[in-house]
Amino acid sequence: MNTNFKSWPILLALGLTSVPLVTMYAYMIIDTVTVSPPGSFIPNGISFGSWSFLWEAPAPGRPSIWSVTLNTFIFACVSTLMALSVSLTGGYALSRLHLPFRGFFLGGLIVLHAFPTITLIIAIFLILQMVGLYDTLAGVILVKAALEIPFGVWIMKGFYDTVPWEIEMAGLTDGATRFTVWRKLVLPQVQPGITALGIFAFLSGWSEFILPQVLAPGADAQVLGVYLQSLISDDTSMDFAKFKSVGVFYAIPVILIYILFNKHLMNIYGGGTKG
Amino acid sequence: MRIELKNFKKTFGDITVIEDMSLSLESGEMLALLGPSGCGKSTTLFAICGIHRMTGGQLLFGDRDVTLVPSQQRNVGVVFQNYALYPHMNAYENIAFPLMIRKEDRKTIEKKVSEIAALVHIGELMERKPAQLSGGQQQRVALARALVREPDILLLDEPLANLDAKLRLEMRSEIRRIQQQTGITAILVTHDQVEAMSMCDRIAIMNKGDIVQLSSPQDMYQNPNSEFVASFLGNPPIAFLDGVVTDGGVQLASSEALLPLRGQHGLPSSGMPIRLGIRPEHFQPENPLKVTGRISFVETQGREELYDVTLSNGSVLRSIQRQGGGYHLGDEVSWGIAENQILAFDASGARLHMGALA
Ligand SMILES: Nc1ncnc2c1ncn2[C@@H]1O[C@H](COP(=O)(O)OP(=O)(O)OP(=O)(O)O)[C@@H](O)[C@H]1O
Ligand SMILES: [Mg+2]
Repeated sequence: MNTNFKSWPILLALGLTSVPLVTMYAYMIIDTVTVSPPGSFIPNGISFGSWSFLWEAPAPGRPSIWSVTLNTFIFACVSTLMALSVSLTGGYALSRLHLPFRGFFLGGLIVLHAFPTITLIIAIFLILQMVGLYDTLAGVILVKAALEIPFGVWIMKGFYDTVPWEIEMAGLTDGATRFTVWRKLVLPQVQPGITALGIFAFLSGWSEFILPQVLAPGADAQVLGVYLQSLISDDTSMDFAKFKSVGVFYAIPVILIYILFNKHLMNIYGGGTKG
Repeated sequence: MRIELKNFKKTFGDITVIEDMSLSLESGEMLALLGPSGCGKSTTLFAICGIHRMTGGQLLFGDRDVTLVPSQQRNVGVVFQNYALYPHMNAYENIAFPLMIRKEDRKTIEKKVSEIAALVHIGELMERKPAQLSGGQQQRVALARALVREPDILLLDEPLANLDAKLRLEMRSEIRRIQQQTGITAILVTHDQVEAMSMCDRIAIMNKGDIVQLSSPQDMYQNPNSEFVASFLGNPPIAFLDGVVTDGGVQLASSEALLPLRGQHGLPSSGMPIRLGIRPEHFQPENPLKVTGRISFVETQGREELYDVTLSNGSVLRSIQRQGGGYHLGDEVSWGIAENQILAFDASGARLHMGALA
C-alpha cells in the first residue's frame, strides 16, 4: 500500500456503498434458515424447512435436486475440459506455428467471441435436432464448449506469446520432440493461464442458463439454472423461501471457487494481455 | 568433429541474410564468429544446430551430411545468448533434461550431472530455480546443460554478453578450459573482439552475411586483408590517414605534409588515393617518420595513456604509451610512425601489400 496515499476515505466510501449489498446477501442467507413474523424483518425462529428440497423426494414429474446438481457438474466440467484442450493446442498453433491464413483465424476468433450466443440459438437448435442430440446433456455440452473456445484460444495465444522461443529451441537441440517440448517445457510456463481459463470456463458452465433451457429442457438433462427458473415459472405453488434456498445452494460452489482461486483469476488480466 | 559448411544460403522471405558462405572447422577447434550486429552470426549458428532450415548449401559433420537432419538428431549443444534455461525446473533438472529425453537411467543421470556440475563449479546450486541464480551462474548451468550429453559440437551465442567485466574474464578462461578439456569443436559468436582473440584458435570476421577474413587472431591483427577487418580488431582502434600517392611518397589529404614512404615497394602509381592505417602502438615519440599535430584528447587507462593527436588537416592519429610521458592536452607534438607497420588500403578498402625494399 502506498503510504503517500490516504486509504481511509476510499475504504469508508466503499464500505458505505457496499453496506446495502452485504446486508442483502446476509439477509438472503439468514432468511433461508429462519422464520420471521409477518411484517417484520427480525427473525424469531430457526427453520430449515425451505431447505427440505435437499432431502425430500421431488414432486412427481420433477427431477431430484441431486441429479440436477450432478448434471450441472458434468456439464461444467466436461465443457471446461473440452474448451481447455482445444484452447491449449489451438492457442499454441496460432502463436507458434506458421499456419496458412493465420491472420484470418485470429480475426475470426475475435468475431466469433463477440458474436452474441442468442443469435445463433435457432441454428444450433436445428442442427442439434438434425443430429439427434437435442435434449441431451452431450449436445448442450458440445455447444457450450464450442462457444467457449474462441475466447480460450485467444487468451491462451496471449500466454504462449510471452514464452521465449529460445526455450523451445533449447528443448529441440536437447533432443526433445516438438510434442515433448510443448508438454514438458511450454505448458508449465502457461500454467497460470490454464488455471485461470479453467476456472472461468467452469464458472461460466456452472451458471449457464440459456443454452440448457433452450436445447435441453427435459427433466433428464436439466441443470441448476433451468431448475431454478422452473421454480418461479411454476405458478401453482409459489415458494419464495425455497427459491431463495435453491439460489443460495446454486451459488455456494461459485463463492467457494472465487474465495479459493481469486489470485489465479487475476492472472488472466496480468499475463494474457501481451501479444 | 569436423564441421563443413558449403555455399550456405539463408533467406527470410525476400530478405537475403546470407548469400553464399563457406566455412570449415577442424575437429577440436574453437572458432570465433565476429562481426557487427545484424551481420548474420546467430543465423549461421541456428543453421548449424538445425533451428533454421538452410535455404541452400550443404552442412557436413565429419563425413555425415546433416543438411536435412532435424535438430534433435544432430547432437549439437547450444548455449543461447539469454541462456534459455527452463524456468520451472531447478538447476539439476535443467541439466538433466537432455539425458531424461534420452531415457537414461536415474543413476547414470545423477552421475553425469554431478560430474558436469563440478566441471563448471555449480555443484552447490543444484536445488535453485533459474530465477534464483545470478547471471554468471545461469550461464554455467546453460553451459552444463549443453555439455552434459557430450555433444559433438558446441555452439555459444554471445554467452558472455550479460556478465560484468570480472565474471566475463573468469568465464572466458573457464569456457576455453572446458572446451580444451573435452576436445569439443566449438563456435563462439560474439561481437567483442577481445573475447574472440583471447578464447579462440581462429577468428572468422563476418560482414553483411559474408566471411571477410578467416585466420588466427595474431595473423588477423597483423595482416588484415581489408580496412573493415583492420578497423574491427584492436582496442583502442586503428586510425586512418587519407592521402594520394605521389612520386615522393604519400601526400596527405588537404595538407602540405608528405609522408616519404620511399622505402616501400608495392605503392600504387602516382595520383591514386590511398588510406594508411596506423595502430596506436605504432605511433610513438621515438619512431623516425615524424608527423606533427596537437594533442586533442587524453585518456588514462591505468598502466597506459591514450592520446588523440589531431593533425593540421583534421585527421586524428591515436597513440598508446606508458604512463609518465609528461604530455598534456593541447601540447604540440611531433611523433613518429613505425614505417613498416603501416597498413595501406586502396579506395575500395582492400589491402595493399607493401614491403620494405630489400
Ligand atoms: N526470422 C527472421 N526474419 C527476418 N529477418 C531475420 C530473421 N532473423 C534474422 N533476420 C535478419 O537477419 C539479419 C542477421 O540476423 P542475426 O540475428 O543473424 O544477426 P547477428 O549477427 O546475430 O546480430 P547480433 O550481433 O545483433 O546478434 C538481420 O538483419 C536480421 O534482421
Ligand atoms: Mg545474434
